This record gives sequence, C-alpha cells and structure tokens, in this order.
Amino acid sequence: MARILLLVELKGGNDGLNTVIPYADPLYRELRPDIGLARERVLQLDERVGLHARLEPLITAWQARDLAIVQGVGYPDPSRSHFRSIEIWDTASSSGKTLSEGWVARAFEHAALPKGAGVDSIAIDTNARPLMGPDLRTVVMQDAETFLRQTQALRSEPVDNGGNPALRHLLAVQREVNAAAADLRDELQAAPNPVHAYAGDPFGQQLDLATRLIAGGVPVVAVKIALAGFDTHADQVSIHEALLAALAGGLAAFRYNMIAAGRWDDVLVLTYSEFGRRARQNASRGTDHGAAAPQFVLGGRVKGGLHGSYPSLADLQDGDLRHTVDFRDVYSTIARGCWDRSVAFGQRTGQKLDLVAS
Amino acid sequence: MVALGRRYFMGGAAALGTTALWPARPGFATTGMDFDEARHLLSRATFGATPAEIRAVAATDYEAAVDRLLATGHDDTLTASPNWFNKASDEQARQLCAWWVEEMLVTDQPLVERMTLFWHNHFTSSLDKVRYAPMLHRQNALFRREALGNFARLLKAVARDPAMLIYLDGAQSVAQRPNENFARELLELFTLGEGHYSEADVRNAARAFTGWSIDGEAGPFVNRVEQHDGGQKTFLGQTGYFDGDDVLDIVLRHPRTAELVCGKLWREFVSLTPDPAEIRRIAAILRAGGYEMKPVLKAMFLSPAFRDPANRGALIKSPIDLLVGSVHLLGLSVPDKTPLAAMMQGLGQLPFYLPDVKGWPGGESWITTYTLLLRQQYLRRMIEATTVASMDGAMMRPVEGRSLRNAGKEASLGSTLSGIDANELMRALLPRQPIDPLDLNGAPGEVVASAMLDPVYQLK
Repeated sequence: MARILLLVELKGGNDGLNTVIPYADPLYRELRPDIGLARERVLQLDERVGLHARLEPLITAWQARDLAIVQGVGYPDPSRSHFRSIEIWDTASSSGKTLSEGWVARAFEHAALPKGAGVDSIAIDTNARPLMGPDLRTVVMQDAETFLRQTQALRSEPVDNGGNPALRHLLAVQREVNAAAADLRDELQAAPNPVHAYAGDPFGQQLDLATRLIAGGVPVVAVKIALAGFDTHADQVSIHEALLAALAGGLAAFRYNMIAAGRWDDVLVLTYSEFGRRARQNASRGTDHGAAAPQFVLGGRVKGGLHGSYPSLADLQDGDLRHTVDFRDVYSTIARGCWDRSVAFGQRTGQKLDLVAS
Repeated sequence: MVALGRRYFMGGAAALGTTALWPARPGFATTGMDFDEARHLLSRATFGATPAEIRAVAATDYEAAVDRLLATGHDDTLTASPNWFNKASDEQARQLCAWWVEEMLVTDQPLVERMTLFWHNHFTSSLDKVRYAPMLHRQNALFRREALGNFARLLKAVARDPAMLIYLDGAQSVAQRPNENFARELLELFTLGEGHYSEADVRNAARAFTGWSIDGEAGPFVNRVEQHDGGQKTFLGQTGYFDGDDVLDIVLRHPRTAELVCGKLWREFVSLTPDPAEIRRIAAILRAGGYEMKPVLKAMFLSPAFRDPANRGALIKSPIDLLVGSVHLLGLSVPDKTPLAAMMQGLGQLPFYLPDVKGWPGGESWITTYTLLLRQQYLRRMIEATTVASMDGAMMRPVEGRSLRNAGKEASLGSTLSGIDANELMRALLPRQPIDPLDLNGAPGEVVASAMLDPVYQLK
C-alpha cells in the first residue's frame, strides 16, 4: 500500500480565510471590508464555505472527490513567529517543545526501510526539515539535469573526519550525494516527460521534477516542494490571488499527470503553511500573522469533501481563528494512509479523521 | 615563523608543535604567531588571504595583527557608488549587487566589510520587498559606518531606516491600526530573542513605533506625530507614554540584547558550538562598553576558544567566503561582478535578497547535497578561468569534457600564487589536512586545483 507523499509548503503563512472562504458569514465581510472576496467570486462548496475563485483548477478534483479540505487546522498556544511555527509544523512538536527531527522522518523511526534504493525522500526545495532525521536518507536538489551533471564529478571513498563537526557534516553530505546519484541516474534518464506541461516558474519546475521521479518509479516515501510568498502584510489581494492560481494550476496539472501515468492512487498531496493570518485585515490592506488555517489533501484514494469544522468568526482568540483540528492528527492520518505507519506525534487522544480510503 | 619546508600537518592538528609556541594562558598571548595561526585569523576576519598576506601577518605579533584588522580609516567604499540615474529598477538592483561584490573584492578594510555583511544578515532586508535599490544602498552605508562602531547607535538608526520601515511594514503602522511586524522581529530576532517577551509586549511596542514612517515612496524618514499612539503602554514590565526610542532604550538596558548579538558573533567568527559562559563574558564587555563593537571583537579574537588549534577549519565557508575568497586567492580578473553575484544566488547567499527576516541560517545549512555539488562546479570553473576561459565570459556554464586534474595541470597561476612552493600553497589554501593526500611533486596548478576541490577547502 506504500504511497508517496507530495508535501507542499506554502511559505510565509497562507491566508486561510481567503483560501477557503466562509462566504455566508456576515462577519467575514465585517472583518475584511477591503480584501474580502466578493460573494459572486466564491466557488461555493456548500451553503457556508467556498473556494477562492483562483482555485478554480481544483474544482475538477473536488467534483471527482479527489480533494479533501481539512478546515481549521492548527495547534494550542500558537506561535506567530514564522520560524518557530514552521519548525513546529515541520517537526510535529507542541508549541512549547523543540524537536530536531522532521515529522516524516519520525514516522519512519526504526522502520527499516528497504535499503536497495539509494534515497528515501527528496526535497526539491531549500527547506528539507520535515524529511530530516536519522531514519530517512534525504537528498536536496534543485533540478534533475543539474543534479545529474554534477554527480558525475564526485568521488566516493569514505574518509576520516578527524573529530571536526563541520567536516563530519560535509563528508556525510558528500556520501549522501554519491549514494543517491548512483541510484537516481538511471531512473531519471528513463522517466518519460510529463504529459501535461507545467508553468516555467520555480513551482512548475519543482512539480515537473516530482512528476518525473514518481512517474519514473523512483521508490521514495516523500517528495517535498514549496511555493513561497504568502507573507502578505500589505496590499495582499493581487499577490495572494496569483499565488492561489499558481498553486491550483500546478496541483491540477500534477493530478492529470499522475492519472496519465497510472500513479494517482499511489500518491497523496498535502499542503501546509506555518500559520493562517489574522482574521481582521490590517490598515495596509494586508493581514498579519495568525493561527488556524485549512489544509488540502489530494489523491486518487483520498476521501474528498470538507473535513473538520470551520472555526467560528465570532469566537476569535487574540484576533485569530481557533483551531478545530490539531495538525498532528492530520499527520497521523496521513502517515497511516500513506505508509501504514502508526504514529501519534505526542497526541494522547487523537481526533479521528477519515481522509484516506484503505 | 615556521620554516616552510616543514612537512605539513605532520601529526594532525593536535600535534602542531603548539607546546613550544603556545603560552600557558593563550588569551593573554601577545607574541608569537606562526603561518598557520596567521592564516586562521585572516580566514575568519577577512574573506580569505593569499600566501603573501598570511606571511605579512605572521611577521607581526598576534595582538598587533588583531588591532590592525580592527583599525578603521574611512567610512567610504573604494568602489564608486552606482549611478542610479535613469535606470530601470531591475538594472539598479543588478548594479547594487555588483557594487557590493566588487567592494568585497577590493576593500582595504576586510573586517569592516565582513561586519557590514554581519549587520546585513542581522537587520535583514530584501529587494523583493523594498524594491528601491538606492534605499538598500543607503542602508548598506549605515551598516558600514557602524560596522565596527556602536550597536546602540546602529539599532536606533535602523529603526528609522527607510528600507527597514518598508521591509517590516513600519511605514504603514499607524495609531488606529498598528502593524506588529517590526516590533515582533525587533524583539524576537534583533534584540531579546524568543521567550523573553510576551505577545502584549509585541503589541505595545508596535503602538510605541506608530508614526515612524517615510516621506513619499522612497523616504526619507519622517515622524508623523498625528499618527502616533500617544497612550500609556506597558512594555517589559515598565509603564509609560513610550515612543519608539523609549522601547529601544528599554531593550538596550535588557541583558539579553548583548547576549543575543554576541551569540551571533560567536557563531559567525568563532564556532558553530555555542559556549554560553564565553558568550556571557563578551556580552558583558559589549554592555559595559556602551555597545562599542571594537572591544568585543577584540576580546573574541583574543579568546582561547578562537585561538585553539582544534578550532581551525571548524567553520563552514559561506557562499560569499567561498567565492570572494577564491577570486582573491587566485587573483582572477573579474570585470563583470554580476556572474559572481549569480553564483552567490545559486549557493543561497545573494546580497540584498535575504531569504526571510531571520536571515541566512548559515553554518551546516550552507552545505546540502545540492549546494556541495554546485560549490565544486563553481570552483572548477574558477580553476579553468586561469587557463581555458577567462572570467569575463559566461561564467555559469561549466566547461564540459575537462577533468579537473587536466585543468590544474594547465593552470597558469597568477601573481598571487606563482613561484610559491607546493607545501606553502597547501598550507595557505587549507585549514587542515586534506581528505585526498595532495601530490606535492605535481605541477603547482595541480596542487592548487586539488586543494580547492578537496572538501576541506569548504572549511575555514
């Protein structure tokens, strides 16, 4: 049943309230007089909430029930620091605790992954933290062509690091590259071009490489990509719309490509961001750092529809949406649905989410 | 000075003959420096040094060498400021990056440039948000003016700096709707650090800064008193009708501020492993000296931890260290600095484009599977620049079909490296024993090429 997780980080703190919109609530317009989306531009999902118009490319997946939306995801005592909060999300820690290993790596603690493949997970992004841990061999790359060209030049004998931590790190990285390169070279060269081309921007290029890796049958447990620019403190409407359009267009094309490659049942896509944004717009027609926000889950075996409940706009906490679903329960559900791994991420009594068909 | 014919690193770093040279209390040592220690000091306090520069420093005593590095003669750059007139903003941005890269290469005050870069990474910014290159040029001049100056003065100037007012949205923060961005990062990243303030402190600090704005789209600073929240505020346990300067005065009186700055200095110049007792010691020097930077930097360079031979090669070169240092070392002529800036971007350290408000995380994060491959590709390109293709062409493209060793064999070393024996070349280029034993009987170009491609070259 092993599936591949495509983890999509929305960097900067995505404005969840303008992504999945409680359009029927009059408080929404009161909180967002200038930056709120007009009712006629909301793609209504039910009588209460709808998607931002620019997420229209995802409607096909929604109608095919391939898209699950988990509403109000967050954690108690939320941090509004970008760095602290993304660390919490990446490592599945509680607000008061610092963990060094990523949550995907933690899901594979003592898992004894088959060591035939040279690499277990791939970050096509600078932030590889969710994948970082002793039980997962992770490679960071920017694009396939460059990666292959550069690996030709590396030598491979292991050496003594002389007790210097910086050198130890350097040599560990070099060994990782050598092992991964040997494994990936043949598979990437044999991988077909994606049927549906992606946009030429960095997000499109990341999706293109992810598609080649997955369609080419590279046996990894996770691939991470990212879309940056969500820290919309000022004049956010056009910025946020463009980001949502890139996200939806890219993920819709990814779905088509996976269906064409016969892999759509074998992947799960999960979006996440360090936080949502303050419910009330600020004086700069933007939004400040907030708390709870929705997550998207896509895949051929996903149970589409709305999950969890939308946080109340009438019951804010320090001006922010209160979470109704703990992100660690989402991770637990994904770990089970994706890799059949049972991990609670410190949750004593986790909330059951029915996101993935077995 | 140690005779150059001596076999390099005979028994590893621990056996570097230090018993004879090393005084009982190295923190108070004022005399005696060998080639390797001179190299160590320069590798940390500058962007890297040629054999001749190392030899010149090794001829002086250690404290005098530190004093010379700390001496500042002028606030200006040797590189002429860009001419912004009638240029599109993309072109202004390109000029700005090229201008600073050139200054890093030609400066006669390398520690000033290093500290300018340090403040740039502390009081972060990005052209993606600020948009006006001339504003970041002025901010850069501020960092250079206070590079070895005074942190308190710098902090107050930064809070009024137009680029900062745009980058962290202070310019739009008004009494009716204070924007918390600057106040939050001031407390979290610039002064106290997480865990030393409350959410209420952030909100009240944001209120105190309301009204500090810029005139027009691109500055200068203006204090709009009618937009200021003149109400009473409680901030870090004190209550008053505070404005921005009051908040800055309060954080400057807080002991965490000096500790946070000194913790970052430690990581930048001494070691990736924090030493809380030493950091508190130098933080006390910073506070006692009224936030003057020179005494604290001097204390750091004279500290036993900095001078410990085991500390050599314990830091990872940043992309700027690697690229500026290698161009300087090889004595390459690089007429156009833009390709060098593009390399910095590829390796994750393009000046004026910080990835986020926390800055470049540095340390081990510089080296990933991706950047290690790219670093070696760029170094190969530079070695090839000495023979087959000069640096004025398309530097980003690798020259295909040439093995490194062949490139090295043909390398014609410039004046910085020519005529120097293989042993000294290796000791100048590498902070510790290479992973691949070098063939010291090979052509000098081969020695240089092999040393630069050795993993140890990534260390300083």
